Amino acid sequence: MRRFLFPLAVFIVLAGFLAAGLRLNPREVPSPLIGKPVPAFRLTQLQAGDKSIGPEELRGKVWLLNVWASWCVSCRQEHPVLVELDQQKKIIIVGLNYKDERAAAISWLNQHGGDPYLVSAVDADGRVGIDFGVYGVPETFLIDKNGMIRYKHIGPVTAEALKTKILPLAEELARG
Amino acid sequence: MVEPMRDIRALWRESAPVLRRLFFVLLLVAGVQPALAADGMAQPVGDPAVEARVNKLAEELRCLTCMGQSIADSQSSFSSDMKREIRDMVRNGKNDKEIIEFMVQRYGDFVLYRPPVKSTTWLLWGGPFLFLILSLVFLVVKLRKRRGQTAVELTETEHQQAVQLLGKRKDDQS
Repeated sequence: MRRFLFPLAVFIVLAGFLAAGLRLNPREVPSPLIGKPVPAFRLTQLQAGDKSIGPEELRGKVWLLNVWASWCVSCRQEHPVLVELDQQKKIIIVGLNYKDERAAAISWLNQHGGDPYLVSAVDADGRVGIDFGVYGVPETFLIDKNGMIRYKHIGPVTAEALKTKILPLAEELARG
Repeated sequence: MVEPMRDIRALWRESAPVLRRLFFVLLLVAGVQPALAADGMAQPVGDPAVEARVNKLAEELRCLTCMGQSIADSQSSFSSDMKREIRDMVRNGKNDKEIIEFMVQRYGDFVLYRPPVKSTTWLLWGGPFLFLILSLVFLVVKLRKRRGQTAVELTETEHQQAVQLLGKRKDDQS
């Protein structure tokens, strides 16, 4: 019996590693931008094409930057969640309309329950997206009063993610 | 009424090989056409020296959206954006280290196919060597133990049993 003990132990350890590996999401790459200042940008606004927006305007506020596009399928999943969040008036949501066309983006918002964004910045060529380390849409960043990135959510924002992670952290940041 | 019909048949019989050949030629051309088109698209735009450097750098970087492909291999929009950024930086006279640094600042060490050796990655780099050393230690210990063991002396009856079991003939055991 004893000589089976060692192979069995090896097997259990290996199976443990593989099981843990299966649970990891390879698409969730930790962002090196957490704890770093938000990248500088100046982009035109989606709804008012003659105005621009940059992170300086949001200094002193805790805000969410949500990267979205009309061609992004999972954005449809999170959109109602963002619309509801906007109605609760708990936090400012700024959009980064990533590699999209203005007309398509505006009609997408109208079709999918309205515009939850205080303002959406138009990043037509995706350069600002690269500065934010965006590699899949949607992505959402939580930014504090001093313009520091504090949290990144990859994939569609869910009501649960808001309740358990994003909003508690945002409240803490708003107080501090 | 029969005559024209026969004419057509004869004509078909005579021309069939030619038509068939023509058909194959058309097929070949159709097959080659997209390949030519694709090749045309992959042609580097501008300075070949710049493109060579862009490609070399792109091979070192992981395409984060496609998993298991480098930016050089991938045709995704993420990779083409990355290649555009690299190309711009190369043209602006940035060196390789600065370009890699730019990517790491935004996407983390994960974009690198060869991650740097640091506290979080030492197991990744040292793991195989550690495993090798452990196996060698294990082997040496096992062999030492074996050397210490002496051969077991058999009693006469045990010896007889063994001979019986092995089916050896009497005259073999001297």
